[in-house]
Amino acid sequence: MLNYIWAAMILIAFTVAAFMGRIEQTTQAALDSAGAAVEMSIGLLGVMCLWTGIMNVAEKSGLVNKISKAIRPVIRFLFPEIPSDSPAAGAIVLNMVANILGLGNAATPLGLKAIKELQKLNRYKDTASNAMCMFVVINTASLQLIPATVIAIRASAGSANPFEIIVPVWFSCICTLIVGISAAKVLQKTGNNLKGCSSGRRYYNGQRRWFLWK
Amino acid sequence: MEIIKLVSNFAIPCMFFCIIAHGLTEKVNVYDCFVDGAKDGIETTLRVLPPLVGLMVAIGVFRASGALDLVTYALSPITTAINMPPEVIPLALMRPISGSGALAIVSDLIKNYGPDSFIGRLASVMMGSTETTFYTIAVYFGSVRIKNVRHTVRAALLADITCILASLWICKKVFG
Repeated sequence: MLNYIWAAMILIAFTVAAFMGRIEQTTQAALDSAGAAVEMSIGLLGVMCLWTGIMNVAEKSGLVNKISKAIRPVIRFLFPEIPSDSPAAGAIVLNMVANILGLGNAATPLGLKAIKELQKLNRYKDTASNAMCMFVVINTASLQLIPATVIAIRASAGSANPFEIIVPVWFSCICTLIVGISAAKVLQKTGNNLKGCSSGRRYYNGQRRWFLWK
Repeated sequence: MEIIKLVSNFAIPCMFFCIIAHGLTEKVNVYDCFVDGAKDGIETTLRVLPPLVGLMVAIGVFRASGALDLVTYALSPITTAINMPPEVIPLALMRPISGSGALAIVSDLIKNYGPDSFIGRLASVMMGSTETTFYTIAVYFGSVRIKNVRHTVRAALLADITCILASLWICKKVFG
């Protein structure tokens, strides 16, 4: 997808530039932007190192596991079909905590493990279960406690207060999560497009889960 | 709204304090751990550099050619209806598709309007409060070969729209 967007942006830009008589400025902008990208990366480098360093301390000292235990009850509400002591529930919790702490490098492998475990519990292997949809929707919303990259960009651009956006980000994240979770909960009942699995539908609503775990 | 700024300022110090104090009570060598983890930061940053160059060039030429003005002009009826600066529309469109693309747009906006302008702040909040929807869906469902994703895309896009509107609302309240 990005393939076409990127190509279209450049082709459209030079076409428009030709019509507007701005070829020179546009070429200059291409060179300037390439330099700006490197400058920005260097500006980000320090803050990113600081961040991944601190987060490594959190990970290695077992803080991630402690928080995971604390948020386990949430799993029962979000994923009623998943037994709370299953490996799937464990992986989901760890993925959530890694996301909250901004451990990007750890979150994705944990998420892949979680979805693999969910697939084992899934009855129709080419169709997403309710739990899988919920899990991916939560991952597409952001749970980050500290938006480190944005703060780094703001700091390197010379903001008077790079941190002032933290609470607004929390607010926006929570709204996004509430709507995402509600939408997933509502659509799994009403907008159900499970093809040819009418008997499975009741299981997807969490009522016949017993048969699945046997 | 002073309280929001206060909490924002205290969030990072509190987190650093808790993490390091917890590390010490668990008898972890926090300094070695930090240095070890900081290496990942270099790797992460260098990994995004090539896509960032590509995307920032695309956005740079798109802006300089005047094409961006045409897009924002075409979308201005929608943005005036919800009272949103049209400059952030490209970010709203790019955010669900590409993380580094959105990052490139944010840094372009911050460079052009300043990090402490309304546009700069709104772009920061929008960037911080959602993930790359389509990428996430593709990676997770692709890894277990799910073909029918059912309501995932609808729910995720609804959440993305909420994110844009919520960011706009809170920025108006706090920084307006």
